Amino acid sequence: MSEDNAPAKRAGGRKIELDPRLAAYQGVWVFVEHERGEAHTVSWELMGEGRKLADKLGVSLSGVVMGAPGPETRQFCQEAFRYGADRCYLMEDPVLADYRNQPFTKGLTDLVNAYQPEILLLGASTLGRDLAGSVATTLQTGLTADCTELNIDPENRSLAASRPTFGGSLLCTILTLNYRPQMATVRPRVMPMAGYDASRSGPIIEHPLNLVETDIVTKVLNYIPDSRQDKPQLPFADIIVSGGRGLKTPENFQLVWDLAKVLGAEVGASRPVVQAGWVELERQVGQSGKTVRPKLYIAAGISGAVQHRVGMEGSDVIIAINNDPNAPIFDFATYGIVGNALQVLPALTEAFRQHLAVAQKAG
Amino acid sequence: MHIVVCIKQVPDSSQIRVHPVTNTIMRQGVPAIVNPYDLFALEEALRLKDVYGAHVTVLCMGPPQAEAALRKAISFGADDAVLVTDRAFAGSDTLATSFALASTIAQINKNMAIDLVFCGKQTIDGDTAQVGPGIAKRLDLQLLTYVSQVETVDTERRDIIVQRRAEGGVQVLKTRLPCLITMLEGTNEMRFATQAGIFRAARHPVKIWDKTAAGIEDPAKIGLKGSPTVVSKVFAPKPKTIKAELITCESDTPKDLAVTLIAKLLTQNPNLETAIGKGAR
Amino acid sequence: MREKFDAIVVGAGPAGNAAAYTMASAGMSVLQIERGETPGSKNVQGAILYADALERIIPDFRDEAPLERYLIEQRFWMLSDDAYVGSTYRSEAFNRPPYNRYTIVRAQFDKWFSKKVQEAGGLVICETTVRELMFDGDRVAGVRTDREGGAIYADLVVLADGVNSTLAVKAGFHPELKPKDVALAVKETLFLAPEVIEQRFNLKGEEGVAIEMGGNITQGMVGTGFLYTNRETLTIGVGCLLSDFAQQKIPPYVLLEQMKTHPAIRPLLEGTELKEYVAHLIPEGGYNAIPKLYGNGWMIVGDSAGLVNSVHREGSNLAMTSGRLAGETVIELRAAGKALNTANLALYKRKMDESFVMKDLKKYRRLPDVLHKNPQFFTAYPELLNGAMHQIVSVDGTDKKSKEREVRRSFGQRRGLFGLMGDAFKLWRAFE
Ligand SMILES: Cc1cc2nc3c(=O)[nH]c(=O)nc-3n(C[C@H](O)[C@H](O)[C@H](O)COP(=O)(O)OP(=O)(O)OC[C@H]3O[C@@H](n4cnc5c(N)ncnc54)[C@H](O)[C@@H]3O)c2cc1C
Ligand SMILES: Cc1cc2nc3c(=O)[nH]c(=O)nc-3n(C[C@H](O)[C@H](O)[C@H](O)COP(=O)(O)OP(=O)(O)OC[C@H]3O[C@@H](n4cnc5c(N)ncnc54)[C@H](O)[C@@H]3O)c2cc1C
Ligand SMILES: Nc1ncnc2c1ncn2[C@@H]1O[C@H](COP(=O)(O)O)[C@@H](O)[C@H]1O
Repeated sequence: MSEDNAPAKRAGGRKIELDPRLAAYQGVWVFVEHERGEAHTVSWELMGEGRKLADKLGVSLSGVVMGAPGPETRQFCQEAFRYGADRCYLMEDPVLADYRNQPFTKGLTDLVNAYQPEILLLGASTLGRDLAGSVATTLQTGLTADCTELNIDPENRSLAASRPTFGGSLLCTILTLNYRPQMATVRPRVMPMAGYDASRSGPIIEHPLNLVETDIVTKVLNYIPDSRQDKPQLPFADIIVSGGRGLKTPENFQLVWDLAKVLGAEVGASRPVVQAGWVELERQVGQSGKTVRPKLYIAAGISGAVQHRVGMEGSDVIIAINNDPNAPIFDFATYGIVGNALQVLPALTEAFRQHLAVAQKAG
Repeated sequence: MHIVVCIKQVPDSSQIRVHPVTNTIMRQGVPAIVNPYDLFALEEALRLKDVYGAHVTVLCMGPPQAEAALRKAISFGADDAVLVTDRAFAGSDTLATSFALASTIAQINKNMAIDLVFCGKQTIDGDTAQVGPGIAKRLDLQLLTYVSQVETVDTERRDIIVQRRAEGGVQVLKTRLPCLITMLEGTNEMRFATQAGIFRAARHPVKIWDKTAAGIEDPAKIGLKGSPTVVSKVFAPKPKTIKAELITCESDTPKDLAVTLIAKLLTQNPNLETAIGKGAR
Repeated sequence: MREKFDAIVVGAGPAGNAAAYTMASAGMSVLQIERGETPGSKNVQGAILYADALERIIPDFRDEAPLERYLIEQRFWMLSDDAYVGSTYRSEAFNRPPYNRYTIVRAQFDKWFSKKVQEAGGLVICETTVRELMFDGDRVAGVRTDREGGAIYADLVVLADGVNSTLAVKAGFHPELKPKDVALAVKETLFLAPEVIEQRFNLKGEEGVAIEMGGNITQGMVGTGFLYTNRETLTIGVGCLLSDFAQQKIPPYVLLEQMKTHPAIRPLLEGTELKEYVAHLIPEGGYNAIPKLYGNGWMIVGDSAGLVNSVHREGSNLAMTSGRLAGETVIELRAAGKALNTANLALYKRKMDESFVMKDLKKYRRLPDVLHKNPQFFTAYPELLNGAMHQIVSVDGTDKKSKEREVRRSFGQRRGLFGLMGDAFKLWRAFE
């Protein structure tokens, strides 16, 4: 992103003649990220988005799968087809077993140079951002990081990638003109998952890496997986109950935990709550925290500042509890209760408990 | 050991406001600070200096006033500071920035061979996390991003062991020096400068380099020309027009409100029935 | 290494900057210590800059200082609950350079002033708090900061650490401030587009307006409110005696919030967005509360010496003038080869007595007491005045003579004839 980006008029609507050399670059690629036998859901979110872009451009959508040789890796190609890919590029090599920057950068760079996509999308995960930055520099092309919206600029058929800027209060749209491929990383959970069609399939194009372990400088000595139980899993929770500064004290925040317990929900929080140390960093929702898209998000005592909003507005249903009828959260919540969260939360907990008891008896 | 730490001076984004009417950025009075993420990188470098002994050079590309960020780094304990500043850098995106910084680091390396380069995880204004990887690629350094801890550095055997945050866990990696590390936030806490450090910072001659001094020959690789990405527009998030449906009932007691809400919620979103209570502990 | 300077200045507000600049310009080695992140980052002011005091230090400041708007109009408002009586003075004479008064944003202004100190050769260090003075016998020999290895030596220490100077109190140079001698001011800076400011306040280009307010907005407490136009912000604030806040139990921000809803004020603030909120103390003890200004190896300047003219809301100009005079005193003494001891530094006091600083403060020396003991100035009078204006202005078929009678009756009822005469006399005495 250029430094002098506010408010820029430079590229807006500019029609550029693409260098004929670059016109050869065609098609949309999605890098399928996987670790420990599991694909990162952001890959399938991107597949859905990539499908839309490819259709707008009238080109094909491909998945890129890199990993150790074997059925486990190939399996990700099949999944890519089911989530919407037309084709898959597959690179299998023992040195790709664990993620390391050097072999993955070489592999992806080689693939791009060999098959020339016009758009290459990766998840803005630790892996994706590590890899994308290196690949873009090697290819000497533009990369827009941490996007929240992708589109095609109708004027010049380029990728219009939008992302928050200036502390999240504004968005900016960035184009990569006259360089190919156009690269972007996209925040997990910002886009919905692609539809799944088990009947879909497609061709797999295999490409060798041509590296041996002795070529690779960095060695993985150990891998310590996070223990799933004690790490909050906000991005994948179905229900999240979040509390904000409006709860006033860490003791009151217990009301959020109480409701979450009855609902089987994860607990989230706004930044001031995290900064005050009431809950751990992993629970922060928003611009500088987690992006979430649960089926139900309950926000108690949260004003709905834009930096919080961008992290949760993808939720299917949002319930806001706030004593200020003018709080911005009511501008985008589905349901609102204007009232004191310290009273409404326990009432909700009790009402849900009763509802569940009745439902259990009935069912 | 010679360590270079890249730090950027950024506007304190928590104080930036968007003009409610014109939607432009209001920069008046917004203070410039050292990118908070870079302090973790600097502190880790200083920690290595404490343990192994090292010469720490801080490097910043930016306008002349960014010198303040470098002086701050000196006050904490950095030994030397280089500010690369040139009008020709204006409008650089991450590709051009990493080119300029890489070229400068190569110059610094000519005077004293570099073992380690540190960057922050990302900046709070650019927010791309790309400049670090970009520098590493251009200098052909091994890249270690999202490092949470440097375990050991061996300048004799020329290797380093670090812990790196990966998606589902922590990788323990060993690689060769020189390499580039981007440091994860929250991994350490910046020390408090001593009185002597403060005096040193105030008096230290910061090296000010223009593009020639930074070894940049091809002006097409920096500034606007060297930047593949262009900002086509800056805009405020579109306000959603749907307002929340406010729950009210006759008594408006919390209890009745709760019951009314749940009834409405589950009638209008029957799929939630299966979600609620699932996995309740 | 032992650090030693000709002079250490504690604080980088207007007083400290004036002193440091004056001394550094004369070639002295000067260290200035500021606890804020940058000079000005902790400073709070309305803020109006009076050109004269600065002009005597940096004659061409207008060319480079970050000034917001020059004032061409001054309004005085006396507010009741839902009305105000006011006077406005606007003159084209104010619209010709060199301008006499400016609005400023202190954070930027102080930073600029501090840069001038550095250009003059002063060494400025920030984010460092002076914890205490170091003594050599009864002579101040330097300061100790909050940093490791923080002992720093100097021939002279200038205390410019602002109101509530804990250093001076700790050293026994002056007593703890009394709540009745200090006002607590709260202030908000509000964003507003320059075009809107200009339209709303009837301004062009860099013209600006200051509104000073008294009356019911302070809810009976001794104090005033103000509203100033900056380039793209408004500053609004209110200050009252700390003792009154304590007694009335009104939180200052509540007072400001209520003031902002006054029907005369609210429309001026429409569409603004909060930039910052700050609270700060103002010494209001006046002449009688001024401590000893110097001693063996030390001088005290600006707010930390209580040099504020609360009647005219002047402070920064007294601060800068006292800082300059302190600096000039040292330069003179050094040139004459004289020691910076108590006897010789008495020259500073003499210079101060000759300046407008002490003369003005002396003139109003009785005012703090009068106002404090007579709350009617802040309650009954605004109501009465506004009521009277209402009578006079509204045309409702009543003859003018009856209206006059009604006005007189309302005053008499609330205050009594003797009360009115007494009040007039007290005020006259206080301003005499
Ligand atoms: C660069 C940057 C990044 C940021 N990133 C994030 C981020 O990732 N996540 C994030 O959340 N924020 C983030 N912020 C901060 C964000 O701007 C807001 O300050 C923050 O979201 C506000 O949190 P809050 O709603 O809990 O607190 P407040 O804004 O103080 O709101 C509290 C709300 O509670 C209501 N309330 C008070 N009492 C009660 C009561 N008894 N019952 C019910 N309601 C009550 C109030 O009316 C108010 O609406 C970021 C800011 C910046 C500048
Ligand atoms: C709301 C408000 C409105 C005002 N309006 C006006 C106005 O319109 N016009 C006007 O002329 N005056 C006005 N004043 C008064 C004016 O602001 C002060 O008189 C003036 O700032 C005094 O300057 P000073 O340098 O003495 O103190 P300050 O400006 O207070 O500076 C003191 C400095 O010392 C630093 N410091 C304090 N202790 C230490 C320590 N131990 N170690 C290191 N540093 C330290 C502080 O951080 C501060 O920067 C107003 C004041 C207020 C509060
Ligand atoms: N102008 C700059 N000067 C020095 N270092 C920089 C600059 N820009 C970025 N960096 C470094 O690169 C890291 C990542 O920046 P970014 O890619 O902008 O998020 C930062 O944390 C800094 O360490």
